[in-house]
Amino acid sequence: MLADKDRIFTNIYGWHDAGLAGAKKRGDWDNTAAILARGHDDVVEEVKASGLRGRGGAGFPTGLKWSFMPKEVGNRPHYLVVNADESEPGTCKDRDIIRHEPHKLLEGCLVAGFAMRAHVAYIYIRGEFVNEARRLQSAIEEAYDAGLLGPDAAGSGWKFDIYLHRGAGAYICGEETALLESLEGKKGQPRLKPPFPAGVGLYGCPTTVNNVESIAVAPTILRRGGAWFAGLGKDNNTGTKLFCISGHVNKPCNVEEEMGIPLKELIEKHAGGVRGGWDNLLAIIPGGSSTPLMPKDVCETMTMDFDSLRAAGTGLGTAGIIVMDKSTDIVRAISRLSYFYKHESCGQCTPCREGTGWMWRMMDRLVRGEAEPHEIDTLEQVTRQVEGHTICALGDAAAWPIQGLIKHFRPEIERRIKAYQAMIQAAE
Amino acid sequence: MPKLTVNSVEVEVEAGATVLQACEEAGVEIPRFCYHERLSIAGNCRMCLVDMERAPKPIASCAMPAGDGMVISTETDRVKKAREGVMEFLLVNHPLDCPICDQGGECDLQDQAMGYGFDESRYQENKRAVSEKHMGPLIKTVMTRCIHCTRCVRFSTEVAGTPELGAIGRGESVEITTYLEKTLASELSANIIDLCPVGALTSRPYAFVARPWELTKVESIDVTDAQGSNIRVDARGAQVLRVLPRLNEQVNEEWISDKARYAIDGLRRQRLDHPYLRGADGRLHPASWNDAFDAIAKVMKKARPEQMGAIAGDQVDAEALFALKSLFDRIGSPHIDCRQDGAKINANQRSSYLFNSTIEGIDTADALLIVGSNPRIEAPVMNARIRKRYLNNRIPVAHLGPEADLTYPVNYLGDEIDVLSKIAAGKHPFAKIMKSAKRPMIIVGMGALRRADAGAIQWLLRELSDKVGVVTPDWNGYNVLHTAAGRVAGLDMGFVPGKGGLDVHGMLKAAHAGEMKLVWLLGADEIDTTKLENSFTVYQGHHGDKGATVADVVLPGAAFTEKEGLYVNFEGRVQMTQRATFPPGEAKEDWAIIRALSDRLSFSLPFDSHATVRAALVAAVPHFGDIGDIKPARWVKFGRTGALKSDAVEAGLSQFYMTCAMSRASETMAECYRAADQHSAEMAAE
Repeated sequence: MLADKDRIFTNIYGWHDAGLAGAKKRGDWDNTAAILARGHDDVVEEVKASGLRGRGGAGFPTGLKWSFMPKEVGNRPHYLVVNADESEPGTCKDRDIIRHEPHKLLEGCLVAGFAMRAHVAYIYIRGEFVNEARRLQSAIEEAYDAGLLGPDAAGSGWKFDIYLHRGAGAYICGEETALLESLEGKKGQPRLKPPFPAGVGLYGCPTTVNNVESIAVAPTILRRGGAWFAGLGKDNNTGTKLFCISGHVNKPCNVEEEMGIPLKELIEKHAGGVRGGWDNLLAIIPGGSSTPLMPKDVCETMTMDFDSLRAAGTGLGTAGIIVMDKSTDIVRAISRLSYFYKHESCGQCTPCREGTGWMWRMMDRLVRGEAEPHEIDTLEQVTRQVEGHTICALGDAAAWPIQGLIKHFRPEIERRIKAYQAMIQAAE
Repeated sequence: MPKLTVNSVEVEVEAGATVLQACEEAGVEIPRFCYHERLSIAGNCRMCLVDMERAPKPIASCAMPAGDGMVISTETDRVKKAREGVMEFLLVNHPLDCPICDQGGECDLQDQAMGYGFDESRYQENKRAVSEKHMGPLIKTVMTRCIHCTRCVRFSTEVAGTPELGAIGRGESVEITTYLEKTLASELSANIIDLCPVGALTSRPYAFVARPWELTKVESIDVTDAQGSNIRVDARGAQVLRVLPRLNEQVNEEWISDKARYAIDGLRRQRLDHPYLRGADGRLHPASWNDAFDAIAKVMKKARPEQMGAIAGDQVDAEALFALKSLFDRIGSPHIDCRQDGAKINANQRSSYLFNSTIEGIDTADALLIVGSNPRIEAPVMNARIRKRYLNNRIPVAHLGPEADLTYPVNYLGDEIDVLSKIAAGKHPFAKIMKSAKRPMIIVGMGALRRADAGAIQWLLRELSDKVGVVTPDWNGYNVLHTAAGRVAGLDMGFVPGKGGLDVHGMLKAAHAGEMKLVWLLGADEIDTTKLENSFTVYQGHHGDKGATVADVVLPGAAFTEKEGLYVNFEGRVQMTQRATFPPGEAKEDWAIIRALSDRLSFSLPFDSHATVRAALVAAVPHFGDIGDIKPARWVKFGRTGALKSDAVEAGLSQFYMTCAMSRASETMAECYRAADQHSAEMAAE
């Protein structure tokens, strides 16, 4: 269990002042100039050494990502873009960072921006986060007033500006290239890769897009050293992580914990346990709605890190843990997720545009059992036809929950089909 | 030059090529819907997925740059499955109404479904239905069939430069529509019908008219503007049913204008299918060829040579021009002219009236001055090429003439000709821009050349050309933009007044004064015909337009789809139309009519077949024999010093849709004209 001294987000619950004065008391903005004085490459190396993996879901090593930016600024400026379009169902960590620890994010922007030789950061915040946007904007203004941002940010000599941009509420704009399109004022549709944003990003310039949490932990890593961060958690899954526990638990919460903590321990210690006791557990979605669910027996021994979850056929994703007890209509639950992905598909590429609608309609019938048994296989095949064939990962995200359901709860679906057919026969 | 392996065949492709292009190089066909060579890459249909070594999932070959050492396989099970999957998705919401779809028989989806489709549908749910969108009089929409490839959106945004098409909605609810369902305000709009891989966008005038396999297809040349776009004419029986573009990189790439495509319904209306004679009652009555010829011969035998004149119209083929010129040469009249708009062009100075840089030259021009022209309506396809050049290299363009949206930003110089003197004198900022450009270009339109002070304008432009390097040993950027398809051929063979001859204006004046005994109008309708009341007028042509209504004798000729005829486009490129249908009724090919008449004049012109008339033409003007080629013109001194007039500079044409007898007779063009009028009124109101 994470010791208090190793906690990064010490005000994640908002018990203290979230403003600049409070943040400074907690160590934020403490001699940031000294961090920047170490030079661009040193900052990148330190983050590389920490083993920090991106907190937005894909888990790509953050330091490595930063190092993809050109080493010299050519005739195109570099940009840092912070993805605060947190829309993944079951995930609410970035919101609490923005609410209660906005200065960690802003300082992170400066550090990360400096590391990649950018003078400008854009924070793209989810449109529905109205109060969070206000909070963040006032934090930005505080930082400017205190000289922490601007022509000589935090006395470092580095010019740095942060602009807050509010989205309009589309899930797809959380995909990094769709976010860039949206930021440019275009329709939020993912771009083709290659070219990757580090080469051709915002306005065609070298750009790095990072999750809020990845950026917000950077200053602490640089203060305390990459080795400290790497010492927490497990190999290749280092450091601490904000877990969002929701669903059928007694005390839903956000909590910062070490990577690799056993799932059962996480839920029992921090979320007050599963409603009705651990044995009342049906299944858990471990990493936001896009990751396949795990039935209770898998949850029993599961540890929460990228590699273990991946080995179990699911993923850490955003660490949005959705707990479902035995009262859950599991088919209905996944069907609802299918509706979400059908609604949020941008419609650009064929498999996702046509596949998400088809999958949802089949799921909708399966909830009632209104199908032939072989249609379960058809549905499974349709998910395989979508997965891996789309421009962005939304297609995969729509396919995986259904694959998880069929893998672990096929008997339940078959039972419903039988029951429905029996009902029809009886009616006849 | 990356080298890669496609299905164990090694290919080398140009740097910047895509994997799809590399596959084609290797002779492997890749199915695609959204990819199109001339449009930006969208990568959204996912039909072109291929396997790349070490890639965890199939890649979209249209979007992946070919890299050195890549190993591509297109025939693996995974690729086949992926394509079948995509095809199934495309079909789940496609209505499968092929029997009632106009695209049937030439539909990419239909064709590729043969290769990748399942034989039965697994989709049990309701299909999506999408309401039709209004896109104007040319484009019929059945949006339920749309597969969202966005080719149409990309074409109108990128090539046509009228970004009025787009996709609204998200996911399954995506719909392609025009902005507020307005008519597409582009002269190139109908090209999206060709681009649409399915039957979502089809031709409205051609709706339910024919199936592709019923049509006879003939390769021809468009004559509605002077660009000479290469077209294919599809006919069934006696009717031309549609016109499609043909690929010619040097001329029109693969686009044609809406007028080229749709004015053809004018070929069925107002046609002259019978000779006519004006009777004592002042009305035209059907007559036999014999009577018509007798009437003309009677007048011609009485008249002195200098009392006869001929004016050729804008769409006349070279053979007809040559025959009429031969006739007038033989009777000894110097009064012939093919410049019915009064353009002051000296036919002896070929470089003064050609588009010397050629259309391909636009691709290397790096500064452009447009004088007295609106290329967007005078040669829309060429204008798209200028736009392409602008998009690729942001070349500076200055425009002198009536203000217009040319689809690319211009430095608008107003409509006063004085600006030209300033530029020529080096006292205008644009002169510096031209001077610093490596390949500056001038496009001068008929709006400048038909002015009274055209000689002075040409003098200035030539001086400017020499001064700023518009003409160098390896570059000639002095370009004249003609609007008449037959004009350059006429100039090349000297269909202009001979020694002491009158030009169009002079002939009309003399006719009005009663000094002309006979005026022969060869397809000439764009002149002041009220001046012809006092002379015997022969109208030879294919439409009952302005010229025929004042004629004393009407000789029915053949339209461009009904004869083999040579046309020389504004570049000086010799091209040929071919016969798709026969002329209606008793109408005949124009050279043959003139040849037949010559018999009545006690001499016979020395040709009696199409082959011999063409041979005689080539003997007289050799470059007419080099079909498809341009004979470059030597740069000479032209123009004359003189004072400039203060009149505002006009463009060559003031509107696009109704500019010739055929397009004026076309119902479709009339509808377009109305729609464009309404569109500009709405835009003005906004």
